[in-house]
Amino acid sequence: MEYIEVDVRGLSCPEPVMLTAAALKNNPGKALKILASEAHVRTNVEKLLKSKKVAFSSSEVGHEYEIVTK
Amino acid sequence: MDRLFDAKWKLAIGGVILGLLAVILAVGGNPGNMAICVACFIRDMAGSLKLHTAAVVQYYRPEIVGFVCGSFLIALATKEYRTTAGSSPVIRFILGFIMMIGALVFLGCPLRMLIRMAAGDANAYVGLVGFAAGIGTGCLFLKKGFSLGRAYEVKSVNGYILPALLVIGLIVSVATSLFAVSESGPGSMHAPVILALIVALVFGAIAQKTRACFAGSLRDVFLMKDFSLISILGGMFVVLLVYNVATGKFHFGFTGQPIAHAQHIWNLLGMYAVGFAAVLAGGCPLRQLVLAGQGSSDSAITFLGLLVGAAFAHNFGLAGAAATAATDTAAANPGGPGTAGKIVLVCCIVVLFIIAATNLKKNEAKN
Repeated sequence: MEYIEVDVRGLSCPEPVMLTAAALKNNPGKALKILASEAHVRTNVEKLLKSKKVAFSSSEVGHEYEIVTK
Repeated sequence: MDRLFDAKWKLAIGGVILGLLAVILAVGGNPGNMAICVACFIRDMAGSLKLHTAAVVQYYRPEIVGFVCGSFLIALATKEYRTTAGSSPVIRFILGFIMMIGALVFLGCPLRMLIRMAAGDANAYVGLVGFAAGIGTGCLFLKKGFSLGRAYEVKSVNGYILPALLVIGLIVSVATSLFAVSESGPGSMHAPVILALIVALVFGAIAQKTRACFAGSLRDVFLMKDFSLISILGGMFVVLLVYNVATGKFHFGFTGQPIAHAQHIWNLLGMYAVGFAAVLAGGCPLRQLVLAGQGSSDSAITFLGLLVGAAFAHNFGLAGAAATAATDTAAANPGGPGTAGKIVLVCCIVVLFIIAATNLKKNEAKN
């Protein structure tokens, strides 16, 4: 499966959510893989995806987080 | 734990709890309409450390220790602790400095602004207009691609330093007479140390879990029509309003308010600087303490900017003075900032525009 990667690691709020929203808008129908490094960023990105009714799975990889849209 | 505050109504309940904690500190002895004020308390801490010598605002506030350590402990317990650094630290120091100058011209951080609003202080509503305008300006630059760049994971010890230093300072303040303590004025009014510390630890932990941020609340509404964070402030405001009305502390008006002045333009511009700087820094002063607690060295640097800003504000007469009524020996004083404070605040706002304009980048998400 090919993903559009959105790397928001280490960025301050609200950049991660803005970048994810922009990626969703610019890549309709494509799956995204969002890389985040902090828990609150994962929460915020997940909240955005829920509000846009985008299905996703979320996992912890080492010290970081991966959120993959379906 | 992840689902503890995952809905607006849960966040509002979180806000209600934060409001109740603030009420405990108000009842416990903190100054009028200043149950909690992150900027004022850091200013008091700077005074206690003799970074400035304004005799009425010197006290090592356990609340600041509690906010950082509450966030630190809950982040460790929930495995959310990450030590990061490297996102434009010097700029963040300046943003912290400017947030403090703006807050001390207005006489309060965004948290105290809310507390003042809930007590009927109309000047705080003027401040809110400025704060919202500052956040709006910051949002314009965010939309244009403003970014301070990435922070990277660094050795854990970096994140332990600020909580450790604050705790050591608290022990020194309690066990010795090394630090200055005000004998009159706001610095002399405080809840008992243990009470303040425990309340602040819980407050810091809840603030970490809810992601409470005064600047972020309005920013998310402006940018994304997201009302999640502002529901925390709603919950807090309601509790404080009920407390003030029930105890007869609610007095609507511009004059006669505790530790406040009615210089509208400077209340507006002071909070404009705070709102603008907070958006550029990714969070209000409270949020910076919480982020520092959960491991952000960049936010720890912002805290140092706030601390040094407080020292400058009082060493060079930049802070606003509280209005005072006439007495037998002195005429009424309308308060507000002096000429130096006005000039420096305007310069700070110019600096914010320079920082915002020189940190724009292409949008990375245009894949």
